[in-house]
Order: sequence, then C-alpha cells, then structure tokens
Amino acid sequence: MIELRVNGQSHNVSADPDTPLLYVLRDELQLNAAKFGCGLGQCGSCTVLVDGAPTLSCVTPIMLLEGRQITTVEGLGTREEPGPMQRAFIEEQSAQCGYCIPGMMMRAQALLQRNPRATDAEIRAYLEPNLCRCGTHMRILRAVKRAASMMTGPDASPTTRTPVPASTEVGTSEIDSDAQRDRRHSEKRERPER
Amino acid sequence: MKTFVTRRLVVRLLWVLGALLFGFVVYAWRSPIPPVDPPAAESFDAASIQRGAQLAALGDCVTCHSAPGGETFGGGREVVTPFGTIYSTNITPDPATGIGRWSQAAFQRAMREGVNREGDHLYPAFPYDHYTLINDADSAALYAFIMTRQPIQARRTHENDLSFPLNIRFLIAGWKLLFFRAGPYQQDSTHDAEWNRGAYLANGIGHCGACHTPRNNLGAEVASRHFAGGEADGWHAYAINADSKSLEEWNAEDLHMYLSKGWHDRHGDAHGPMAAVAANLSSVPDADLKAIATYVAAVMGKRALPLEKRALESTSSNDTGAAIYAATCASCHDGTRPLPFGGVKLMLSTAVTGENATNLVNVILEGLHPPEGTTGAIMPGFSSTLTDGQLESLVAYIRSNLGAQPPWTGVENSVREARSRLRD
Repeated sequence: MIELRVNGQSHNVSADPDTPLLYVLRDELQLNAAKFGCGLGQCGSCTVLVDGAPTLSCVTPIMLLEGRQITTVEGLGTREEPGPMQRAFIEEQSAQCGYCIPGMMMRAQALLQRNPRATDAEIRAYLEPNLCRCGTHMRILRAVKRAASMMTGPDASPTTRTPVPASTEVGTSEIDSDAQRDRRHSEKRERPER
Repeated sequence: MKTFVTRRLVVRLLWVLGALLFGFVVYAWRSPIPPVDPPAAESFDAASIQRGAQLAALGDCVTCHSAPGGETFGGGREVVTPFGTIYSTNITPDPATGIGRWSQAAFQRAMREGVNREGDHLYPAFPYDHYTLINDADSAALYAFIMTRQPIQARRTHENDLSFPLNIRFLIAGWKLLFFRAGPYQQDSTHDAEWNRGAYLANGIGHCGACHTPRNNLGAEVASRHFAGGEADGWHAYAINADSKSLEEWNAEDLHMYLSKGWHDRHGDAHGPMAAVAANLSSVPDADLKAIATYVAAVMGKRALPLEKRALESTSSNDTGAAIYAATCASCHDGTRPLPFGGVKLMLSTAVTGENATNLVNVILEGLHPPEGTTGAIMPGFSSTLTDGQLESLVAYIRSNLGAQPPWTGVENSVREARSRLRD
C-alpha cells in the first residue's frame, strides 16, 4: 500500500509501486481529468502538479510520490464553483477536442502560482512542452492571461472566485490584441448584411 | 655611497621596466582598420556564400552569437566563464550594431589574431586560438556568408561582467603572448590528405578542443592534453582521445554517423551543448564530416587500456536504485525499440561509464529536448519527481550495475549544480 496525497486528500492505493501515477489517478481514484496521450512524457496531456511543479504523470511511478502533494484539475475547483483557471478556460472557450486542456491548465497553474504576473513570452515558453493538435493555442494563451488577471485582481489569490464579467478586457498585451482582433472578426461576421 | 648605489639600481630597474612596458605596448598595440560601406550582396559569388554557410555550420557560430530565442547571429548570449560573464556580439552586417562596416581584412584579423576592427583585443571566449588556422579562401567564404545575412539592429544589452584586471582588453595581449600560436594550418606530411583535412576542420573552424580539451588556470587549452575532456556550460565534454571512457571503441564510421545524425546505436545521443553542434553538422557536406571523423578516430586510436569492467557480482545491492530504474527507466532503456526511438542501453553510454556524474545527472533531471527546429533524441526530465536522495540512489545503481564501474565521487555536487541551473 502506498499513501498518496491528491488534491489535499489522502488515499491508500493498492496498485503496484511501479504503476504510473496517471493509471492510479484514472483507474483507482476516478480522477479522469489527466489524459493518456503518448505515454512517453512527450505531449503533456497527463500533466499534474507534484509539490507545485508540472509533472508528466504517465512516466512517473507512484513509488516516487509518497508524502508529496499531488494536484489535478479536480483540485482547482468544482463544477459548481470552478477555480480561476477553470473559469478562464470556460470563458475563453479554449477547448476544441479538449484532450490537451487539463494538461495545459495544470502547467499554466504551476506557472501562475509561482509568477502570476508572467509575461506573454514567459507563458508561451512555459507552455511549450504541452501539445495541442486542434490549434487552439491562441484561445489557450488568452485563457491563461485571463486566469492571471483573476488571480492578481482585487481579491488576489490563486483560488479567487470573484466573478469577472465575461466582457472584461484583460490587459493590452499581444495576446489580448489577438483576442480583440478575433472578437472584431466575430462581430463583423454576426452583423447582418445590408 | 650605499644609498647612491641603491638609487642607481632602482633607476636602472625603472628603465628596464619602462622599456619592457614600452615593448609590451608596441607588441600589444593594434591600429584600427578603417570602416567601409557594407559590401553589396552582389559583390560575393554564390559558391563562396554557400561554402561560408557550411563553414559557419561547422563552427556552430549561431549557438554563441544568438541569444536564446533571439535573432540569428544578433548576439547577446551570455557566455559564463570562470573569469566572469561575456556577452556575445552581433555579427550580422548591420552597420551600426553589427559588423557591417568591417572590411574583409578586419574580419580576417579578428579570426586570425583575435582583434576587432577598432583594434581592441578580443577575449578568447571567441575561439580565435582555433580560427587562426583557417585559410584565406575559407575566411573569405565565411565573410561572404556573414555579410549576406539579414542585418539585425541589436545593440548590446549587457556589458561584459569581468573583474579587474581582466576587464582591461589590452592585457589579453599578454595572454596571447603566453598561449596563442598564430596559424594558418600547416600540413602534417606524416599523415594523408584526408587526415590533414580533418585536423584542419576539427582544430580550426570546428574548435572541438574549446570544449573537449581541459583548460589551465588562465583559461588556455592544455596542449599536452589535447581532446582529454573538458567542461562546457555545466556539462562534461567527454575525452575524445585515447582516454575515452566509451565502452565501445569509436571508429571513423561510427563518428561519421554520430556527427551527421546526432546519435549512434552503439554510442547513444548527442546531448547538452553537443546536441546543437550535431544539429548544425547535419547540414555540412559528407566529405567534411568524413574527414573530421577520420582525424578524430586517429586521435582516439586504440585505447591504451581497455575500459576496466568490474565483475557484476561485486556490485553493491541497491534496492531503491534498482526499483526506480525498473519502474522509471527500463521501459525505454531496456526496451526493444532501437535508437533513435528507444533509449540507449545504458552500459553503452559514456554518460554512465564517463569521468563524472555530471551528464547522467543532467540528462535524468532535464531530459533530452532537441534544439528548436531539429530532430533528435527525446526524453522527459524527472526534476519535479525525483528527490535528491532518489536521484543519488538511481545514479549509483546505474553506474555500478549497468556501467559496471566504481562509484563516482561528488554526485551530490553534480545534483546541486544541475538543480541550480534548472532553477535559473
């Protein structure tokens, strides 16, 4: 039996010590946010946090994790009360197929916990190991900026749950100007032809 | 009377010192070379530019002369030395911030003598102790290539951070007096043309020794220990002479494959700073790589002593390390997929049989990530999961049970340094 601390809760796990964390999370603990992508630690869809650091759970045997704090997307908030990272991804509608999104959220969470004022360039560089095949990168980047502004807003905390109106503009950065451009495009498209 | 004699002695001594100083100033003085208008791209012939591109790839110029994520050849990369930090220069033909106003004579003097257009001595972090060997035609080709690149406006963002008196460029003339031997390359008639071509490329533009040869206290390569192994950016540059610690002996074909692909199935992958070197070499003509491989294989020769392998039964039992290896590493490194898609058998890796734990620790923590835009070996890093204790057990197990070598000392140091570099 190995004792794992996941999202603040202790679990006695019956899996073999060499079982990858991802299998334990999904099969034994029914925490299905983290995804099996490549199984080689190369795509990032299985990313979770271990003591706050992004970790590829598909290549991490649980024997290495006794006494460590593991966080998954389920630990960022609930369906009723999503945390800022989750809300930002919902508000920006960042998911297309959605498979990479939990990994993206966890890696972004690790960055913003350490540096909530990360620049656009820092966000891009930090998320670089995580792959998205749908091409929703711009929406993902906007969501991370949105989450950052929620976390650094008036009620600053990584778990801030103050609602932010969906129309709020987030800063005036490169990523946001893309956001504005997209919005302008969609406005144009929605305007009835005269 | 006595004071008179003493005074006379002091005066004479001062004269001698003055003469020496004057002599040094005369020796060290280099006049500026007048600026020119940036030469038009049409003034260079295409063949020369193409050869220059190949030579620049052989010299891996782009790695030092570009900041991470910055403009190609725009400079600004920090080069950490034991003497302080030096920032690389913009070598694009921008007239204001690059070398657009350098004539070919000024360029050749920088390569041959380590002196910039203005007449200042350059720090030997720029490996002119190697580039001095480059012949006129190749120097002209490099100039043609560089002067036809996109000019990048990039001013220095950092001044060099060197302590007194190393910040006085004039004194580098003294370093050169002690250690610098001017080229160009002299043919060695005891070897054939292929060997000579390889020696010219490896010791000249390729500057292999800049990493693979140990340096003395004043930062000069120790000529008597040519290719005996050195340090580069927190990595160990393996011995590539008879001291090589590779389990499998290298030959020219192996080296050729390794240099052109960045991996070899019985030797493993280029990692650390060598990954970028190999990525660049993939664009170099085969004839050049074959010549280098011929020369380096000849320098490695037959090993003086075969690598001593400890009998496997004498290895210590290390249950923690063995368990971590089995759960974390074995699926790739003991799998059936061949290189480059599977991991190298670790007994074959010089990172395991080598001089110190540096590279093994670095690879376990950082993983392998091919330089941007290139293909190469991949491996996830384990810095967030392995504790220092788990890492040390794993390293000890791999070293003794897979490498069959006596334990390393200083593993904790390697771990500490790798962790601190990862935090930066």
